[in-house]
Amino acid sequence: MATFMVNGQRYQADVDPEMPLLWVLRDVLNLTGTKFGCGQGLCWGCTVLIAGKARPSCTAKAGSVQGKEITTIEGIPADHPLKRAWVAEQVPQCGYCQPGQIMHAFALLSENPEPSEAEIAKVMERNLCRCGTYVRIEKAIRRAAAELRAPREVRS
Amino acid sequence: MSASSKTSVYAPNPFVRIASDGTVTVVAKHFEAGQGAYTGLATILAEELNADFGQVRVEAAPADERLYNNLRFGQLQGTGGSTAIANSYTQYREAGAKARAGLIAAAAKHWGVPAGEIGVEKGQVSHAPSGRQADFGQLAVIAAGLAPPEAAGLKDPAQFTLIGHQDTRLDIESKVNGTAEYAMDVRLPGMLTAVVARPPRFGGTVKSFEAAAALAVPGVTDVLAIPQGVAVVAENTWAAIRGRAVLSVDWDESAAETRGTGELLAEYRALLEKPGLPARKDGDTDAALSGAVRTLEANFEFPYLAHAPLEPLNCVVRLGQDECEIWAGDQFQTVDQANAAAAAGLDVRRVRINTLFAGGSFGRRANPPSDYIVEAVHVAKALGGRAPVHLVWTREDDIRGGRYRPMYLHRLRAGLDADGNPVAWQQRIVGQSLQANTPFENALVVDGIDLTSVEGAQDLPYAIPNLSVELHTTTIGVPVLWWRSVGSTHTAYAIEVFLDELAQAGGRDPLELRRRLLANQPRHLGVLELAAAKAGWGTPLPAGHGRGLAVHKSFDTHVAQVAEVAVAEDGTFGVERVVCAVDCGVAVNPAVIRAQMEGGITFGLSAALGEAVTLDAGRVVQSGFGDYKLLRFGRHPRIEVHIVPSTEAPTGVGEPGVPPIAPAVANAVFAATGKRLRTLPWGR
Repeated sequence: MATFMVNGQRYQADVDPEMPLLWVLRDVLNLTGTKFGCGQGLCWGCTVLIAGKARPSCTAKAGSVQGKEITTIEGIPADHPLKRAWVAEQVPQCGYCQPGQIMHAFALLSENPEPSEAEIAKVMERNLCRCGTYVRIEKAIRRAAAELRAPREVRS
Repeated sequence: MSASSKTSVYAPNPFVRIASDGTVTVVAKHFEAGQGAYTGLATILAEELNADFGQVRVEAAPADERLYNNLRFGQLQGTGGSTAIANSYTQYREAGAKARAGLIAAAAKHWGVPAGEIGVEKGQVSHAPSGRQADFGQLAVIAAGLAPPEAAGLKDPAQFTLIGHQDTRLDIESKVNGTAEYAMDVRLPGMLTAVVARPPRFGGTVKSFEAAAALAVPGVTDVLAIPQGVAVVAENTWAAIRGRAVLSVDWDESAAETRGTGELLAEYRALLEKPGLPARKDGDTDAALSGAVRTLEANFEFPYLAHAPLEPLNCVVRLGQDECEIWAGDQFQTVDQANAAAAAGLDVRRVRINTLFAGGSFGRRANPPSDYIVEAVHVAKALGGRAPVHLVWTREDDIRGGRYRPMYLHRLRAGLDADGNPVAWQQRIVGQSLQANTPFENALVVDGIDLTSVEGAQDLPYAIPNLSVELHTTTIGVPVLWWRSVGSTHTAYAIEVFLDELAQAGGRDPLELRRRLLANQPRHLGVLELAAAKAGWGTPLPAGHGRGLAVHKSFDTHVAQVAEVAVAEDGTFGVERVVCAVDCGVAVNPAVIRAQMEGGITFGLSAALGEAVTLDAGRVVQSGFGDYKLLRFGRHPRIEVHIVPSTEAPTGVGEPGVPPIAPAVANAVFAATGKRLRTLPWGR
């Protein structure tokens, strides 16, 4: 029996330690907000935080994340500045890649609250969006970053 | 966007229901793949209903072409050709107006006042002389008991408060918080997951297979022959994928396509030398070419392209004794229903389709044989209906699975007179037909010309007296399909780059030459002038920079784009800025239009920079995002979108943003470097 710590909750499941975390989340724990895009670690549509670091969950094996805190899109509060910025900038089109985009942006801003244009690009380069929402993703990250730095100013 | 049918009391027509709590549910006959159709349809209906937009919800219509056909497609429910808003505009306005009339009639009866004295605003019905007021929910019960109104007047567009103004989408929050439901997320009790081993060459079939190794993988429950290949069924997706990896199949490739890209190119290049079937013939092109002061010729080459939506193709099927239920990001309900019924051996009315959000499509989910849906039905059937089944394509399956934008070659020839004016234009196109052997062949292949092979070229807007467009239709065993903006994906490129070459050869400014040749095309001119003005056409740029433009009409929407590029010393370049002008008639949701232009520009640029599917002895070379290269974050340009104010009927925006970007960038690269880009993709 394996133990998974996801979004502050403890789950126990009998899974093959080789099974990618993506399928543990989606097929075993029924947390479908994390999306399957390529299974090759190349689109990062399945990005989650593993011990605070953004990783594509399709390349993380179940056995390697035992006891590590995992955060998925479901674990980010709806009123988090990133999610609100994504709404304000009307980022999604088809929406399928957006949970992964938001999780990667979350990790970026956690590590670097004031990223430059180049620093945003370097991190978000990994996440594919086929609908072409990159322009708005960039705006939403800047908006969220500004709010996280000076919450009261922006909210008023 | 769940149904609120339990509390829906007033349903005056198939497009709207009003619940006792005042919730207005708009029933969308078009799927939502990111293009904004749900928000658009809701905006149109709510406008005439005078609803409070905060109370409006959208749900997908069931598959029933008797109620929900696309008015541009005849008796067929489906989405495509950028028609969702264009075909629904009047229909959804009338549906909203009739519902409003029904609420007014209910209030008139309830209050005993003349209907003409009753007003409706933002979800409130009121009678000013008596001060009476009620909300939609209160009147819904009464309205439901009255005969629905036969007709109702439509608003004067000058009175619109939502159309042209409503700028927030209805599908954003669920897509941000991760709860939006795609077919990939459907979880039914006892559901199994299937992946299919398909032939490595198109046209191959299964000779025999050895199931033991796959069945030995923990979680794999079944290994089944289906017409498309061999299905590995398992308790979870991972087990199914692992099972397929160890499955051994012997393929019969006697009827398979075995040519590679090099051989196809050689055959296509040979065809370029021969006259094709005439698609358009004005004047005498040959005579005008021989009489011209100067002639130019250029060949253009376009690869096969994959749609590669981020949500891979997938479908859930529950097959019962005499019914079949489907969950899919379904784009082509009537076609899918018929194909699923045929595969299941059921009457079409026994096939129910639940249309969910689609994680992108770009045309892929609307395909005449309903490939991914029919596969799922066959797996469910092979399981004897024992369990609901989720058929999932992996990314490798998607890139290698065919139904590509066809490979095309173009040859253009033109003649200029002494003043540099084009007097002759000849365009010869070589490529596969999208419509051959489909139910659309009769309508869309006319005298041997597939209209979708020549669209954008056959209707060339430029006034050139001697004009010929010819087509060679090839027969290749690679399945092909419409891809966002269809024929214009290639015709616009060849035309707009070649026109730039004519301008240069004739010593004319590219904008000035287009102006002259489009003198009788006011909507082309409108977007051209707007984009040029906003981009500062003609103003100086820093060294190493270039500016290029292109204009194209597709699906009745006119788009012009001006691109600015910065070229490095090693020849690599970045697209720094794109200015886009669009004329799509009445702009229902300006924010959605801007988003679709941004998306179309990114999509078109992605293909031009790096996308190609190539074949080696009939096998697809690429296998995923490592070698099928989509545009990534770092190469996205700044984009400005300007919408031409218009009172014309609305036209589509999902596709028309795509065609102009690649030629605009190619022309900008020429302006900066003097190098013409005539082979796609350009490479990195």
